[in-house]
Amino acid sequence: MSILDLFKRRTSAPVARERLQLLLAYERQSRGQPDLVSILREEIMAVIAKHVQIDQDYLQVSMDRGATMSTLEIDIQIPNKSAAPLAMAG
Amino acid sequence: MGKVVVVTSGKGGVGKTTSTAALGAAVARTGKKVALVDFDVGLRNLDLIMGAERRVVFDLVNVIQGTAKLSQALIRDKRLETLYLLPASQTRDKDALTEEGVAEVIARLRSVFDYVFCDSPAGIERGAQLAMRFADEAVIVTNPEVSSVRDSDRIIGLLDARTMKAEQGELVQKHVLVTRYDAARAARGEMLSIDDVLEILSTPLLGIIPESQDVLRASNLGSPVTLSEPLNGAAKAYLEAARRLEGEDLPVVVPFERKGFLDRLLGRRAA
Repeated sequence: MSILDLFKRRTSAPVARERLQLLLAYERQSRGQPDLVSILREEIMAVIAKHVQIDQDYLQVSMDRGATMSTLEIDIQIPNKSAAPLAMAG
Repeated sequence: MGKVVVVTSGKGGVGKTTSTAALGAAVARTGKKVALVDFDVGLRNLDLIMGAERRVVFDLVNVIQGTAKLSQALIRDKRLETLYLLPASQTRDKDALTEEGVAEVIARLRSVFDYVFCDSPAGIERGAQLAMRFADEAVIVTNPEVSSVRDSDRIIGLLDARTMKAEQGELVQKHVLVTRYDAARAARGEMLSIDDVLEILSTPLLGIIPESQDVLRASNLGSPVTLSEPLNGAAKAYLEAARRLEGEDLPVVVPFERKGFLDRLLGRRAA
């Protein structure tokens, strides 16, 4: 690294270009397709509802898209039966 | 049979109306008969940019609903006798435009004029889709900025799917018009370059309009910049873009900003 590199300002345009390329590649592919996350959310909800009674609000489904891999995060809160009377009492 | 050109962008505020006025006037200057149609129902502004706001009596919705004849609603420009404006209405009724009505008006304009420019509202809803519905060509107005480029990409998708041409298995001929380009900022790598925009949108370039005071001044005066100050930078760029739209093979020169001494010393990279 030369001493001059210290003075180089990092430019923002290349960052903009990369972010756009990544985003648009995804958006073009999913154009006209139904929203995956909401479909997953509905189906997961249906499966859980068969066995446990939960409220819609206790299920969170989110997707974080990366360049090579995406993460699907599912967060389900199931209230404990024993906690229910306490909550009611409180 | 005239050509129908939609001026669209998805994003608002990028210069659709200014570009419609400037390109339309530039084509009309060559003697071609040009009609400018404002599709922004409820938020019309093309009349103001053209300096015809006090001459609006009837509008596009009146013609579609049959309360006025097309010839009554068309306003002839005071400066150019080949240039006409069909204003949008100020009604808040979003369903005032029907597809059949628009089809009929466009067909009649097409038979009389050489060029019909449709100034699209922002967004991707009904109004924007009706503005592009019967287009042969599209000018996609884009600022070198992430949200504008993303919205342009979305609009390109709609042009390839929801237009009459697309449904008949043909393609709307698309052109990107980059507006508000700041050569100095692009040279410093602070703004997406023309190459970046074209590579991302993979659509041919119609022209590059530099960020300019002339454009605001022209709007203030109610005159398309290509008529009021044809020798200024932005106007020249619009005049050249209009020639390309008419099929002339005219190379686009990217506005160039000389690197300052400090930039060179510090090795700032041109994007």
